[in-house]
Formats: sequence, C-alpha cells, structure tokens
Amino acid sequence: MAHHIDIQHTAKLARLKLTEQEAVKYEAQLAKVLDYMETLEGHDLSGVELTAHAMPIYDVWREDVSVEGLDRAEALANAPRKTAGQFLISRVVE
Amino acid sequence: MPKYITTIGLEVHAQLNTRSKMFCPCPAEYGAEPNTHTCPTCLGLPGALPVLNLEAIEKTLLTGLMLNCGTPEISKWDRKNYFYPDMPKNYQLSQFDLPLCIGGGVPLYDLAYPKDAQKSIKNPGKVVKLTRIHLEEDVGKSTHTGAGTMLDFNRAGTPLMEIVSDPDIDSAEEAFAYLTSLRQILIYGGVSDADMEKGNLRCDVNISLRPEGQTELGAKIELKNLNSMSAIRRAIHAEVARQTEALDKGEKLIQSTLRWDDERGETIMMRTKEDAHDYRYFPCPDLLPIRTAPLVEAARARVPELPHQKRARFEAAYGISAYDAGVLASDKALATWFEEAAGADTKVPAKKVANWVINELLGRLNEAGTPLEESLVKPASLAELVSIVEAGKISNNQAKEVFAEMFASGEAATPIIKAKGFEQVSDTGALEALCDEVISANPAKVEEFKAGNDKVINWMTGQIMKSSGGKANPKVVGEILRGKMA
Ligand SMILES: [Zn+2]
Repeated sequence: MAHHIDIQHTAKLARLKLTEQEAVKYEAQLAKVLDYMETLEGHDLSGVELTAHAMPIYDVWREDVSVEGLDRAEALANAPRKTAGQFLISRVVE
Repeated sequence: MPKYITTIGLEVHAQLNTRSKMFCPCPAEYGAEPNTHTCPTCLGLPGALPVLNLEAIEKTLLTGLMLNCGTPEISKWDRKNYFYPDMPKNYQLSQFDLPLCIGGGVPLYDLAYPKDAQKSIKNPGKVVKLTRIHLEEDVGKSTHTGAGTMLDFNRAGTPLMEIVSDPDIDSAEEAFAYLTSLRQILIYGGVSDADMEKGNLRCDVNISLRPEGQTELGAKIELKNLNSMSAIRRAIHAEVARQTEALDKGEKLIQSTLRWDDERGETIMMRTKEDAHDYRYFPCPDLLPIRTAPLVEAARARVPELPHQKRARFEAAYGISAYDAGVLASDKALATWFEEAAGADTKVPAKKVANWVINELLGRLNEAGTPLEESLVKPASLAELVSIVEAGKISNNQAKEVFAEMFASGEAATPIIKAKGFEQVSDTGALEALCDEVISANPAKVEEFKAGNDKVINWMTGQIMKSSGGKANPKVVGEILRGKMA
C-alpha cells in the first residue's frame, strides 16, 4: 500500500526548500521507506520485547560531579557575532 | 444562560538542584557570568556526546515516589526537534514514550489554598491526578535587545523535570493549591529550590470550558508566561471570563496558545493550532536506556516525612491543633525550627512554643519581610523566653516586648529582661508587705471577697502591680492574698 506524505510540510519542518522535481522525487522515496515498515506489520510481534535502543546496553551514566568546561573566550571563539560575553544573533521573538 | 464547566491541567517545569548539568559535567549553578559554564556538549558542537547524570535521575524518581507515581521498567531519552536559538543542537533531549514516572497525584493541602479561599474549599482532601513526570534539559537564556538577541548557555543542559497533571483541576484556587502543595513536597524532598520568582519553577496552564452536560472537553487554550502564584490565579480568572464571554456570544474557541500580560491583566494570542509545533520525537541514539528497578529502590531510601505526615505527627506528639500543625508543617524549614525550639527545653509545653512561633515569630518575620533563615532569634533562645514566661517571672505582655527586642538585636532574653527591669518580684517577704497594705486599706473589698466575689483578687493584684511598678509576680501575689483573706 502506498503511503501518502505531505512532502512540503516535512520539508518545512526540516527548514528545507525543495524544487518541484525534488519534491516529487523525495515524496516517492519516503513513501517507499514507509511501505517497507509494513513488512514488520506482517509479522506476529506480540511476544517481542520493545526495543528501547539499537544497542543491547543499559545504564550508562556518571556521578553528579561538576567540572569546569570551556573558558568564555573559547566558547565564543566560533561565534560570528558576540557582545558582552554573549552570542549575538538576529532578533528573534517567539 | 448556559453554565460552563472549567477544566484545567498544569505543566510544571522544576529545575533540579544538582551540582552538574544533565548530560555534561558543567556546573549547574545560577548567577554566574554569561557563558562561563559551557562545554562542547551543552553548546551542541558537532561530535560531542551526552552522558546521563545519575543524581538527576534519582531525584526525579524520588519525586515520583513522593507523589505515588509508577515507573516503567525501562526508561529512555528522545529528541524533541525544534528550531529556536536557545537550544543550540536544534533538539531538546527529553523523554517521550518511556518517562521516569507515570500516574500519581498531588494532594491539595487546606492551607495551600489562597488565604481568602480557605474557608470555602469545594473539594477538601482532593488529590489532583498526574499524567507523568519526565526528565529533560533546560534551554539557554535569551535576552532580546535592539541590537539583536543575546544568548547565554549557562542554563542550557541543566536538569529539568516536567510534571504534567491530568485535566483534573476545576478552578484557579485549586491550581494555586496544586502549585503550593507541589512546591512544598519538592522542597521537602530536597530535589528543587522550587522558587517561582527565581524561575526554578515555571508553569504553563491548559484551560478549557465546555457547556454543562457535554462530556467532550472544549478547545484547549494554553497560557504561557505565568511568573508568580498570584499571576497564575489572576490569569485563570481572566481566561475563564474571556472564554465564558466568547461562548455566550456563540463564538467557537479554537485550540491556541496565549501569553499572559500580568500588568495589563489580559491574554495575548501567540499561535493557533495551524502552526502548533510538530516536534518529530525520535529516540536519541546517543543515550542508552536505563533499567529503573534498582534506582527506584535507591530513591526509596531517600523519601522524607512528607508535609501531611509531619502535620499528623505534630498534632499527636505535641498536642497542638490541626491548624497550627498545618501551619508549621507547610514549610520544612519552619517545621525544623519549631522542633528545635520545642526540643530545647522539654519542660516548656510545646503548645506554648508553637503559639510563639506562629503568632510572634512568623508575624514579625512577615512584617519585616525577613526569611526564616535570617531570623536573629534562634530556636533555643525562644525556648528560654517561653520557659521564663511559664515560670511566671515576667508577664505575657512584657515577654512580647522582650521578644521584639530579641528579634531586632538577636540578644538573649535574660539580659534584655534585666536591662528593662522586668524581673518580677517573687520574694514573698516583700510581696507580703504589699499585700498587707492593700488588705488593710480596703476592708470593704475584703468583705466582698469573703462574700464570694473572687474578682476582688484581680482588683487587688492590679493595685499591687501598680505599687510595685509592674514587677510583682501576679501568680505569687494571688496566692498570698488568698492565704491572708482565708
Ligand atoms: Zn556542558
């Protein structure tokens, strides 16, 4: 069964601008990916444990100990614009 | 005119008070110079990998235990994708389908309601149901100026608990009580400083109205930018009024997000459903899932006595009223202060100590706007003062004067009493002479007393208080007078 994808909405969410040709091409490709998922639905998975991660590894963490990170000059080194120890970008208001 | 049912759900974000951030070891302290607590991970630099902070997980599980939540066997982290510059990775690490805590509830304490609403609580003993609690990272701080937006990433990546209630709250007053009770419990557990004014606790309100008789919930309207408990109450009242008016006019409400302007007392539209966020959650491949059972057991050992349990114990152990016990238990620091004072001198009745703490200490702290931690009067010195009053060495009114001085200077009771010359005369020889004088000068009063008018004792004691300059011990004087006129 072919899935329908609103490719322009998906592109907008990813902040991508697609040409008409690209939109047609990606829409078909993504639909194929979703169709592939149907292969899984064809199997009885009722007894299978939910996969929480691709790796069978759990419980990797650290103790709550703080360590100084970058100094401010380093942290801001790649910033195109900065002011008063802060990153400066075009004004955004939600 | 049709009546409407109000349904409210709250999303509370509480900053956890860990030493380090959630996914990197940068210090999680506040108030530092901008961008002095960052590293490649919390700046979202390519190739940096996050590692979970175990203490943040345990504090969230502890919160879940305090609120009777359940925990899935496996919990994991997901990416919540959105583009906003306070989140340099363009996604926020959060939890989607397997959060740390599920279900549970927040008990609404009577004293947690706004003062003016405590006499008319609609649902006493209500427990507001919770949907879930998940652990995520906070975002950076953006400051908007004429020159552009400035970004400080010190807060980015610090641990943040999101506590989501069911749409189970009926009024602004219940929402207020919910937040107050929740705050108390978070502070009792030592998991968060939970100070709304400092932004440790932030709250979004979902509110919908529907006509009486309709089971389906009305359009969900989300209120943002609620920065204090009183603002939340005002915002809900204003929003209920606005929606009621709209529905009365036959307007259809649509799912939307509004910003509350507390100064103007009105809500401003931010966005409607059409441009609602689509976060495209997916599992974070950089973080491994955790098995929760041993961590829940570790957290269980940290569950403290909770406010309602403390209140019950105070009532039973100290013989104080439910109301007084509730006042003392409503603030963990105050409860500890009271217990220290009551324990400092076990001969002093705890009930009296409770009265002094609630009426005098709290009264003066409120008046001066001083937090309890900064009180110059310490528990042991209050206990000393109360024991002096109880021994009848000074009168209650004098004790209040002494307390005022103690509160202002931090000096102990005894030197203040000496300096004020309040020490009462209990030397029976001197008092007997004064009693004899009054008795011989007022034969008519003596007759009245003998005829059964007991009030004469008070009158005579008053005379002696005057002639002694207020220094006579009224209890001792009363005893001597009775003895002499018997
Ligand atoms: Zn960091």
